[in-house]
Amino acid sequence: MSLFVLRRILTLAATLIGASLIIFLVLDALPGNAAQMLMGADASPDAVSALTVKLGLDQPLLYRYAHWIGGMLVGDLGNSYVYGTPVAGLIAERLVLTIPLAIMSMLITVVLALATGIYAAANHNKIGDVGVMSLTQIGIALPTFWFAILLILLFAVKLRWLSAGGFAGWDDGIWEGIRSLLLPAISLALVQAAILARVTRSAVLEVLREDFVRTARAKGLSKREALWSHVLRNAMIPVMTVMGLQFANLLAGTIVIENVFYLPGLGRLIFQSIANRDLIVVRNCVMLLAAMVVTVNFVVDVLYAFIDPRIKVHNL
Amino acid sequence: MSGATTVTADTPTATSRRPAAGFWRRALRHRSFVLGGTLVLLVFVAALVSFVWTPWSPYDIDMAAKLKPPSAAHWLGTDAFGRDVVSLLLVGARSTILVGVIAVGIGLSFGVCLGLTAAARKGWVAELIMRMSDFTFAFPAILSAIMLAAAFGPGMVTSIIAIGIFQIPIFVRITRGSANAVWAREFVLAARASGKGTLRITIEHVLPNILSVLIVQATIQFALAILAEAALSYLGLGTQPPQPSWGRMLNDAQTLLFEEPSLAVYPGAAIAIAVLGLNLLGDGLRDLLDPRLARER
Repeated sequence: MSLFVLRRILTLAATLIGASLIIFLVLDALPGNAAQMLMGADASPDAVSALTVKLGLDQPLLYRYAHWIGGMLVGDLGNSYVYGTPVAGLIAERLVLTIPLAIMSMLITVVLALATGIYAAANHNKIGDVGVMSLTQIGIALPTFWFAILLILLFAVKLRWLSAGGFAGWDDGIWEGIRSLLLPAISLALVQAAILARVTRSAVLEVLREDFVRTARAKGLSKREALWSHVLRNAMIPVMTVMGLQFANLLAGTIVIENVFYLPGLGRLIFQSIANRDLIVVRNCVMLLAAMVVTVNFVVDVLYAFIDPRIKVHNL
Repeated sequence: MSGATTVTADTPTATSRRPAAGFWRRALRHRSFVLGGTLVLLVFVAALVSFVWTPWSPYDIDMAAKLKPPSAAHWLGTDAFGRDVVSLLLVGARSTILVGVIAVGIGLSFGVCLGLTAAARKGWVAELIMRMSDFTFAFPAILSAIMLAAAFGPGMVTSIIAIGIFQIPIFVRITRGSANAVWAREFVLAARASGKGTLRITIEHVLPNILSVLIVQATIQFALAILAEAALSYLGLGTQPPQPSWGRMLNDAQTLLFEEPSLAVYPGAAIAIAVLGLNLLGDGLRDLLDPRLARER
């Protein structure tokens, strides 16, 4: 087991280094002089070179990369080109919104998907199953941001129950914060729930066909008892794997949803920074999101092997 | 003698036609395939029609006619700049299809080549290709588009490249997995024994045998590419004005939600129809081309 985990940790480290190289190359080396970009084409060469020195862009590429990675390891991500404030602080302020949003939508996804997926499998080929499957097919086809706009139309424009956007913050109490994030979380969750419901249904159906379930039924267990005590535990392995991958998708999805609801999260920060040509902020935000995606996949990989020991035998 | 010639000439034609005729007979009875195919056809026809005809020009701004309700002149009304919504939707279909086709083309061509190479050449080559595809997995389409837009500015090309890059590792994995299974078959061993090289076996035996899997995957990836393109255009990173795009139309409509909510409904419905159609078509093709996979679902 330890060899398997060690191999996975090495792969994680290699992937993170590879990702950081790509990000640095695209956002630091390729665009040319960031100082020129910030000051515009009309800026005097003296002013541009002064800013180049101030931002440390006159240093060799390799030094700048090493400086960035070294800083990252101790939590120093440099200062924003535009605001002059530490990038780490800017990102931390925004994560207070983005992380709870991703967690909320994951919770909604899991509850919705497990309920509908198990219901569809328990009613295999009956009207309920066909209905759930048709709904998931439509759910997968809906663009997240369009569903978000439809929710705003219904709950903010027609019914006026919730606001059309913005974030009340956590200072007025947790409930106010959750209320602001409810519609964004639901819109993010819908597509993921549709996918997960289909996976849950297939996994439960697969286990229902196993011999041990037949044995359990032969021993006198009702279908419901067999489902709850034997089937679900075994069906959860593939479902958990997909859940992990979906959490990574939700993190990326927050970028779009935060823009639909004008939420001051990481996604909005990235867009404001692109508009301001504040590439150092964009670079660190993209690195953070990519690292989250890779790390979540790593955790799922390792957890999967702990739950089903056959996995590590195949992968070693 | 002539009879014998007729038989030999006819036999291959008859056998080559029969599977195709059988396919279409089964296909036309398959509900997902028919419904999906019809929806996809609808979107393609809309895009093609827009080249020769639109009710109004989608580029002409007429502020006097802004936000008109549906009427005989403007079937779905006009937007905030007085542009006809039907015309915008028709021309918008073009951008969607163009971005989808090229992005999937990039993913398919690079992904299949790398996947086939990884399957044919084991060892460090395969390891290198698979680890490289792991790197690209770290960047969902939105993230790579953000990087490219920040570095080179937003636009249709940026979104095509971003979505295309995101598709490559998916095709690498699926190609390698399917190709590995073919390489283990006995007919490949026979081909090797008859002296065929790795490249020839890959082209003549492996590729034709994994084609159906690739067609199904390409259909599904096309749907994902449409969703990604719409999201990028909505964010302002994809297709740029004045070129109409469904995602951009939704962005414009959002600012008018309280005045003209219906404007936000049409483009979203168009995206959903295209994606639903492709997903259903993909499901149908999977059932028809690979019945084994269909049973496993």
